[in-house]
Amino acid sequence: MQVYDAPLRDMRFVLHELFADDGFGGLKKFEEFTPDLLDAVLEEANKVAKDVLLPINAPGDIEGCTYENGVVRTPKGFKAAYDTFREGGWASLASDPEWGGQGLPESVNKLVEEMICATNVSFSLYPGLTHGATTAIEGHASDELKHAYLPKMVSGEWSGTMCLTESHCGTDLGLLRTKADPQPDGSFKITGSKIFISAGDHDLTDNVIHLVLARIADAPAGVKGISLFLVPKFMPNDDGSVGARNGVSVAGIEHKMGLKASATCQINFDDATGWLVGQPHKGMAAMFTMMNTERVSVGVQGLGINEIAYQSAVAYAKERLQGRSLSGAKRPDLAADPIIVHPDVRRMLMTMRVYAEGCRALGQWCARALDAEKHSDDPEVKQRATDFVALMTPVVKALFTDLGFDAANLAVQTYGGHGYIREHGVEQFARDARIAMIYEGTNGVQALDLVGRKLPANMGRNLRPFFHAVSNLCEEMAPKQDKALKAYTGGLQQAFGALQLSTATIAQKGMKDPEEAGAAATDYLRLMGLVGMGYCFLKASKIAYAKLAEGAGDDEGFYKAKIATAGFFFDRILPQATAMFLAIKSGKRSLMALDEAAF
Amino acid sequence: MKVLVPVKRVIDYNVKPRVKMDGTGVDLANVKMSMNPFDEIAVEEAIRLREKGAATEVVVVSIGPAKAQETLRTALAMGADRAILVTTDDAVEPLAVAKILKAIADEEQPGLVILGKQAIDDDSNQTGQMLAALMGRPQGTFASKVEVEGDSVTVTREVDGGLETVKLAIPAIVTTDLRLNEPRYASLPNIMKAKSKPLANKTPTDYGVDTTPRIETVKVSEPPKRVAGIKVADVDELVAKLKAMGVAA
Ligand SMILES: Cc1cc2nc3c(=O)[nH]c(=O)nc-3n(C[C@H](O)[C@H](O)[C@H](O)COP(=O)(O)OP(=O)(O)OC[C@H]3O[C@@H](n4cnc5c(N)ncnc54)[C@H](O)[C@@H]3O)c2cc1C
Repeated sequence: MQVYDAPLRDMRFVLHELFADDGFGGLKKFEEFTPDLLDAVLEEANKVAKDVLLPINAPGDIEGCTYENGVVRTPKGFKAAYDTFREGGWASLASDPEWGGQGLPESVNKLVEEMICATNVSFSLYPGLTHGATTAIEGHASDELKHAYLPKMVSGEWSGTMCLTESHCGTDLGLLRTKADPQPDGSFKITGSKIFISAGDHDLTDNVIHLVLARIADAPAGVKGISLFLVPKFMPNDDGSVGARNGVSVAGIEHKMGLKASATCQINFDDATGWLVGQPHKGMAAMFTMMNTERVSVGVQGLGINEIAYQSAVAYAKERLQGRSLSGAKRPDLAADPIIVHPDVRRMLMTMRVYAEGCRALGQWCARALDAEKHSDDPEVKQRATDFVALMTPVVKALFTDLGFDAANLAVQTYGGHGYIREHGVEQFARDARIAMIYEGTNGVQALDLVGRKLPANMGRNLRPFFHAVSNLCEEMAPKQDKALKAYTGGLQQAFGALQLSTATIAQKGMKDPEEAGAAATDYLRLMGLVGMGYCFLKASKIAYAKLAEGAGDDEGFYKAKIATAGFFFDRILPQATAMFLAIKSGKRSLMALDEAAF
Repeated sequence: MKVLVPVKRVIDYNVKPRVKMDGTGVDLANVKMSMNPFDEIAVEEAIRLREKGAATEVVVVSIGPAKAQETLRTALAMGADRAILVTTDDAVEPLAVAKILKAIADEEQPGLVILGKQAIDDDSNQTGQMLAALMGRPQGTFASKVEVEGDSVTVTREVDGGLETVKLAIPAIVTTDLRLNEPRYASLPNIMKAKSKPLANKTPTDYGVDTTPRIETVKVSEPPKRVAGIKVADVDELVAKLKAMGVAA
């Protein structure tokens, strides 16, 4: 059973209550978006997700995309769903109103993305990549290109892609070979083969606009010689209609583990006409504008699947009757108790739940910083937001997708054999979640970005907003008398201590021997993620206690559950910080001990 | 021509209702509330009439708690033009609602009042009919098709034996059945616009109506649990059992 209803109460909590004092809010630009309006947006998005996207999720997985005579088709129902989605304005939710977007904040956009990814992650890629492509064009393309492409792309009439990967070059883009020949009219002829291109071709839109990384003749070797080009499938006419076919063809689609309704294409460019976006040889910088928001969005894919996996597991655990509760039968009227009575099933459900709530909160903090980075009038706030986003982007991407896959896996386990067979649609979550740990830079590469780039940048300044927030909260909460809060605070202080020590260790050892930093990277990223979630749970508990003291009325159940859920996180998940710390401390020694020949 | 559409805030149709322990009603604490689905169909029909040029303005009205404002905003987000909220904390009953609607219709002079055929919380199926009587105007209930031509409206009704078509002089009252249309999703731009559309706040006293309940609910209880079935060995046993139950001769 794929069961989903957006967790609207928790979404409103993270959106309106949890970070009211983080300094990133109160942006003038968003004054018109009052809480009741944003709540209405979330309500309607939930309807679209539940009623339009979820019904085609499992069928889309079974049917998959097809490729025939150079033409790619999405599964049945995808075109109609895309039209409903686009006509409702959802494709342009966070886009700039200058180009026809709705201009809503990222803080809301990321919540809507969560719903879309939960109910149909394959679908999410089509509008998702288009949105990413428009941000790169907005940020770096000429006015002429902007006017010719942005209105159609923002409205979702045309879609976008990002074409980086080639068969011999994935992580290491410095190896890429696709060529760009300058033409007298200022355009370029692009020639080369790209693989693994998501939404590379399909039947949802009239045109597909590729953003292609390629090398201009005589460019410097490596990543410093790569430029970004805009290459349309069909050349646009002056009136905005599509004209002649460009030299872009699809050689095939991949057959994959999951994400089957997303067309992953091999694309050949044969003297295709393209235009430079940004400066020659500065393509990586332009592409990274796109990659940075995309990386947070890929993290949200993990979160979305985490949530639907959780809800689907809860629904089953309440229904499936097996065994008796260890504390005596809970439903003597039935042949057996529902499996939700068993501690080990609770362990699985609670783990999925804290992963989802913890990631939702941390993601919201990051989304608010994305908004402040872009729109704050206060240079100090802007800088702080920029630093925070830089630090958290790899954490959100890798942590959320790792935990999302773990949650999907736990959902399969909750269903037992009924999770492993196809019928219930739960194994799809695990297959669909798996890719998010790989694309947009593998999670290993995210960890290297964190320790290799984000930590040392500006003498460690990126760490400051995060570390300050955590230490301030610990200090504020330490004298609190309430027993639960005291224990939560103690847990966070300990994990934060482990993070600070690890940071110092990596800074010292990594300076002398970069392999030491590489050996610590993945554990360090997880450690930072755990502390980030711990911060969110402590803050949430603090707010929940205050609300309960005031008298929370109808919300009493929500706040009490929040405190109890946080308790599980502090008891059962956060202690992993110590293990990470010990692993980091051990250094690279045992990791690199074997000779290559011994493998 | 103006179209007036009353909308009610009710327990969401996806929610499995629980009866309160003391049997006084359905437990609504922490329960998701939404627009009555039949009213959603009524709003959709009114908007379609306006889009076709048959109507000029769609006015939605809700009688209920202050939170019914959210229900009105939903209707505005779907495309209604303005809203009237008549706030009362009384449990509203069909007659009081019909009287308030009559008073509003006197002020607004709509060509059509389109209502849901019933609200899914109390399933009364009375308000439209009572309103028609109070207004002394014709009614076309359980509509599966509505066509406006000049001064009349043709309504295809879903009745027990099939479909019945009636032609009513405007102003008229129409109540919607499930198959009339499929309500749209509110578009994002319309959700934003809904916020600035006019919403008038009123009370029942503004219309001289007393909403004190006239009906006393004696007891609300869960429907009886289904008892386990039995397996019969063959057709003969089945027939014998059916005869014993008195359902077969
Ligand atoms: C379904 C799907 C959709 C995709 N969509 C797109 C798309 O739209 N556009 C696009 O351009 N690409 C896309 N990709 C490609 C994807 O981004 C790459 O697969 C990914 O970046 C990894 O590259 P690779 O597969 O070549 O792996 P490799 O780079 O060969 O990596 C193999 C392993 O080595 C590790 N590794 C590599 N280099 C290092 C290093 N320096 N230090 C430490 N570890 C390292 C990696 O972490 C990984 O574990 C997609 C892929 C898939 C499967």
